[in-house]
Amino acid sequence: MLLMTLTQHAAPATGGGGHGELDVMGAVFVFMLATFIGLMVIQRVSRLLHTPLMSLTNAISAIAVVGAIIVSAGKDYPGYITMLGLVAIFCSTTNIVSGFLITDRMLKMFKKQGGGAK
Amino acid sequence: MSAETLVQVLYLVSTALFILSLKWMSDPETARKGVFSGVGAMTLAIAGTLTGVLATGGTHYWWILGAFALGAAVGYPLAQVPLTAVPQRTALSHAFGGLAAGLVGTAKFFLYYGQKNEAALAPFIVVALVAEILLGFLTFTGSILAAGKLQEVKWIPQRPVTYPLQNVSNLALFALALALGVALVLHPLAPWAPWAFGGIIILSLAFGVLLIIPIGGADMPTVISILNAYAGLSAVAMGFVLNNKLLITAGALDGSSGLILSVIMCKAMNRSFFNVLFGAFGQTSTAGAEGEAKAYKADTTESAAQVMEQADLVVIVPGYGMAVAQAQHKVREVYDLLKKKGVTVKFAIHPVAGRMPGHMNVLLAEAEIPYDDLVEMDEINGDMPQADVVLVIGANDVVNPAARSDKSSPIYGMPIIDADKARAVYAIKRSKAPGFAGIDNELYFLDKTFMLFGDAKGVVGELARKLAGESGH
Repeated sequence: MLLMTLTQHAAPATGGGGHGELDVMGAVFVFMLATFIGLMVIQRVSRLLHTPLMSLTNAISAIAVVGAIIVSAGKDYPGYITMLGLVAIFCSTTNIVSGFLITDRMLKMFKKQGGGAK
Repeated sequence: MSAETLVQVLYLVSTALFILSLKWMSDPETARKGVFSGVGAMTLAIAGTLTGVLATGGTHYWWILGAFALGAAVGYPLAQVPLTAVPQRTALSHAFGGLAAGLVGTAKFFLYYGQKNEAALAPFIVVALVAEILLGFLTFTGSILAAGKLQEVKWIPQRPVTYPLQNVSNLALFALALALGVALVLHPLAPWAPWAFGGIIILSLAFGVLLIIPIGGADMPTVISILNAYAGLSAVAMGFVLNNKLLITAGALDGSSGLILSVIMCKAMNRSFFNVLFGAFGQTSTAGAEGEAKAYKADTTESAAQVMEQADLVVIVPGYGMAVAQAQHKVREVYDLLKKKGVTVKFAIHPVAGRMPGHMNVLLAEAEIPYDDLVEMDEINGDMPQADVVLVIGANDVVNPAARSDKSSPIYGMPIIDADKARAVYAIKRSKAPGFAGIDNELYFLDKTFMLFGDAKGVVGELARKLAGESGH
C-alpha cells in the first residue's frame, strides 16, 4: 500500500529548484501512511531503549540533508542561498555522524544476564 | 533506467530501511541491526540525492564535500561524550536538526522570491514553508536553551522563569506569527514579503526561548521528546516544499517517535501536553511549607549494609541524583556484592527518572548491569510489598507517596514507584533540602525509612566497601 503510493506519484522534482506538477494529495497520503507506520513501529520499542531510540531518530531527522544538498548544488543560485544550504549540510551531517555513532555505542552496552548478547 | 527513476528507487529502498531500522529497535537483541540499517538508509538517501543533483547539472561539489567533512569532524566528538551528558547532546542535536530545516526553508523562500516564481510559491508550498521555518527555528533556539539548562550553563536560569501574563503574551506573539503567515500565503510576491518572512523567523526564534524558560528540570524528558517531534515535523514540511517523499516519510517517522515518547512522558507525570508547555511547575508548590518541621532519621552505611545482606529482595530506585554523581559504577559493585550473597536485586525504573526517556537504563547498562534486572514501574510495583529493602538513589518525586494521597500536592496523580510499601527504605540524598520544586517527600519521614546523607557516589561506594568488608575477603 505504502509502496504503491510512493511509486505512483514518483516525484519529478529531486534536483534543481524547478517544481514539476505538485502532487499535494499524494504527499499528504504518504505523510499519513508514514505517520501510522511510525506510530505502530515505535509503540513496540522497548522502554529500555528509549534513549537510543531518540538518538537514532535524531540521526534519521537529519534526512534534512537531502533538502540541504538540493539547495546547495543548485546552479546559478545566488551565493547566499548556497551558503545557507552548506550550513544546513554541515548541521545535518553532524547529526548523522553523532546520532548513529552514539546510538551504537549505547546499544553495545545493553547486555543480558550472563553477558551473552553482542 | 533514467536517472530520475534511479533516484526514486534509491529513495524507496532508503525508506524501507528506515522503517526496518525503527522496527529492529523493539528488542535489545536486534537493536544494533537497526543502527546499521539506519546508516544504510541514510547512505542511500544521500547517494540518491547526489545522483539526482548530478543528473540535473548541479554544482559546488567541493563545497558540499567540505560541509560534509566539517559536519563529520564536529559530529564525531559529539558521539564520544560521557553517557551522563547524553540528554544535553540529544538536545543539541535537535537544535542542529531544527536549524538545518529552518535554513533550507529560508533558502527556498528567497530563491523563489528572487525568481519571482509564482508557481513555486503556490499557497500549499507557502504554508509548508512557514511551518518548516516556524518549527525549525523554534526547535533550534528551544533545544539550545534546553541543552544549556541540562548542562547547567551559568547564564541560563535553571529554575523555571515565569512572569505575569506569560501565556497571554506568548499567545499574542503566536497570533502575530500566524497573521504574518497568512499574509504571506495570500501575497507571496509582495514587496513586503521578505520582511514578513523575516518577521516569522525572528518570532520563531523567540518562541523557542519563550517556550523553554518556564520549564524546570523534571519536565525535561517531556520537552526533549516534544522537540524531537518538532524536528521531525519540520523535515516533513521540507518534504512538502521540495515535493520529496523520502523527506516526508523519514520526517514522519521521527515525528511519530517524538510524539509517542512525549505521550509516555506526560502520562508518567499525569500531566497534559498543554500543562507542560503552559503551566510552569515549581510555582504551585509554595503552600507546602506549613506545619512542623519533620525530622529525618539518619543512619550509617554500616547498618544499611547489614540490613541489605539479610534481605531476600532488594529493589534499587535510581534517579537523576545517581546520574549527577556518576554513581552507576559504584551501584554495580553493590549489585554484584549483594548477588554474591544470594540477594535478589532489581532496579525499579520510572519512565521519567532522569532527564530524558530511558536515561537510567542507559547509565545502568553502561555499568554493565544486565538489562533483565531493569524493571519498569508497572511491573515492579506488584512486587514492592515483598521487597525487604528499597534503596533510593538520588530519586525523589518518583517515590513520593503524596502523588497518591495528597490532593494539594503538585505531583498528585502522578504514577509512582511504591517504595513506601517495602519493609524498609534507605534513601540516599545529597542534602536535607527538599527536592525539585520544593516538594517535601513523605517517604523520608516514615518509620521504616532511614536516610543516608551525602553524595550518591560516595555513599554507594561506602556501602559497597561495608558489604565487601563483612564477607571478610
